[in-house]
Amino acid sequence: MTEARGPKKLLVAVCMMIGVWLLAPMLVVVPMSFTDRRSLSFPPEGWSLQWYRNFFSEPQWYEALLTSLEIAVLVTVVATFLGTAAAFALVRGHFPAKAAVNALLLAPLVVPVVIVAIAVFAAYLRWQLSGTVRGFVLAHTALAIPFVIITVTASLRTFDRRLELAAQNLGANPLTTFRRVTLPLILPGVLSGALFAFITSFDEVVVALFIQSPDVRTLPVQMFTSVTREVDPTIAAASTMILVLTTALLTMFALARRQEEHVH
Amino acid sequence: MSTDPAPGAALALRDVVKHYGEQFAVDGVSLDIQPGEFVTFLGPSGSGKTTTLNMIAGFTRLTRGQIEMDGRAIAALPPHKRNIGMVFQHYALFPHMTAAENVGFPLRQRKVRGAELAQHVERALAMVRLEGFGDRYPRQLSGGQQQRVALARAVVFEPRVLLMDEPLGALDKKLREWLQLEIKRIHRELGITFIYVTHDQEEALVLSDRIAVFRDGRIDQLGTAEELYERPETLFVAEFVGDSNVFPGRVARAGERLEVVGDGYRLQVRDDRLLPDGSPAVVVVRPEGLRVANGNAEANTLDATVREVIYLGSSRRLELEFRNGRRGHLREASNAPHSFSEGDAIRVTWAPEDGVVVPDDRSLEQGVAEPSSVLTG
Repeated sequence: MTEARGPKKLLVAVCMMIGVWLLAPMLVVVPMSFTDRRSLSFPPEGWSLQWYRNFFSEPQWYEALLTSLEIAVLVTVVATFLGTAAAFALVRGHFPAKAAVNALLLAPLVVPVVIVAIAVFAAYLRWQLSGTVRGFVLAHTALAIPFVIITVTASLRTFDRRLELAAQNLGANPLTTFRRVTLPLILPGVLSGALFAFITSFDEVVVALFIQSPDVRTLPVQMFTSVTREVDPTIAAASTMILVLTTALLTMFALARRQEEHVH
Repeated sequence: MSTDPAPGAALALRDVVKHYGEQFAVDGVSLDIQPGEFVTFLGPSGSGKTTTLNMIAGFTRLTRGQIEMDGRAIAALPPHKRNIGMVFQHYALFPHMTAAENVGFPLRQRKVRGAELAQHVERALAMVRLEGFGDRYPRQLSGGQQQRVALARAVVFEPRVLLMDEPLGALDKKLREWLQLEIKRIHRELGITFIYVTHDQEEALVLSDRIAVFRDGRIDQLGTAEELYERPETLFVAEFVGDSNVFPGRVARAGERLEVVGDGYRLQVRDDRLLPDGSPAVVVVRPEGLRVANGNAEANTLDATVREVIYLGSSRRLELEFRNGRRGHLREASNAPHSFSEGDAIRVTWAPEDGVVVPDDRSLEQGVAEPSSVLTG
């Protein structure tokens, strides 16, 4: 133990440095959002909540937030459902070209987003989906599905299928077997997939820039346009709120997971 | 729930076949199981015993044949409609449910609720002596306790047939022996039909009314433990069930007697098999059938050298080498008067009725009988 102490201290130091490196930019944004000046300054000299007030009084900001939430929630539901179904097919199904289908479904992870964006843009012009919530949900779902597939596939691979045989033997029909046995046991994978899907959509800016319209504009797009036009600390307030929201989601998920582990 | 006079169901397998592509997993199994009987499928891995069990449970579809429960064809029924209980090899308890919820699961599927459900669960847990363990999750229970929860869950809905797939395989010897007795007791109490799969011949002997010995997707022999041990019909059964000395040779009829003539011996056996003259055959003698010869003129006498003496508590086991290099062993009571040590030359003998002759299908298959592979511990 004694000889391990030196390297262990080093490890702790390196980890802390990485942590600071990752967190510092965000921690700069938070105080900036409370500034009383009209420009972004760090450290702020005086404090105020005016930029939060501004966020919730200017329609272009709070409507963008509502649009983002609406799209992200829809994407989460659709992508979780489709991704889970696809994961079942990929893990348990036997069909030709399974590897190719798998690669195709995961392609949005490796294809540069800007290429996806241009393709979506071109297609949407013809289909008249540009600037619609439906269009956003469709495009973001394609981007989010790989995350659901990956997490649910991992859960399914470690799932003991004899539990399903046992349930059926005990009188449960296939649907009940899924509801009472399979789903509860792969739920951690499904939920983390859903979380990733939500964040993927909520966070997405490239495709959104291409298919936005004045009516349907998501929060990242609004932030992007605001920062190119004027430098207004409202963007810091928006960033801080996104930070809080995602942190809250991740914390809730971590807590739920810990409880889950407590049970098993 | 029911007060049926015959709690167990009769089960019949009619020429059941399962093949995967070219591979035959089960190759024509027919079997009639009486209501309330305890039948064990015994065999090495890959012999088709578990596949047959899975076909009875409904997890594996039959390629051909039929399975009947009380005369009703069930081969086309999905597993959840068969009402057959099953204990899985690694218990397959639901990890997200407590022991009581696990046991209550099959009752919920049958719309039993509330106080009635609780009462049945409690009774089932009491039957396996796990009163007060209902609130525990599977991971909070030992292997033996999990096994008993699985057993309670498999019988709580009063199925008329219970299947068990090597349920004791993962447990240590002491626990296994105790649970064997528990399973026997529960079989007696419930009176339902048990089908038990194992590769452990001792377990099969302890538990079963009848044993079906599986080999290469077929039943080699079906019979009581005593029948299998005393009168094996094939060399495979003779070697798989219990220890044996085997002496290969060819059948030679000498008037009324049946003899097997081999390398340096001419052996007399009980003549209850219709084996053609000159056909390859093997004489099987159980270790306790062999004894050290006193006189000279006895039939079935062979010279041997003692290679090792192993003290086993209630008995002694003598490892022998016969003159032609063939190995064997005999078992005698520890309190037998003589004592031998390594290197002693002795003569061993057995009564003709203690030897069983079986056809030597191995030499037919392989052309030559390989002595070293015939003699196993």
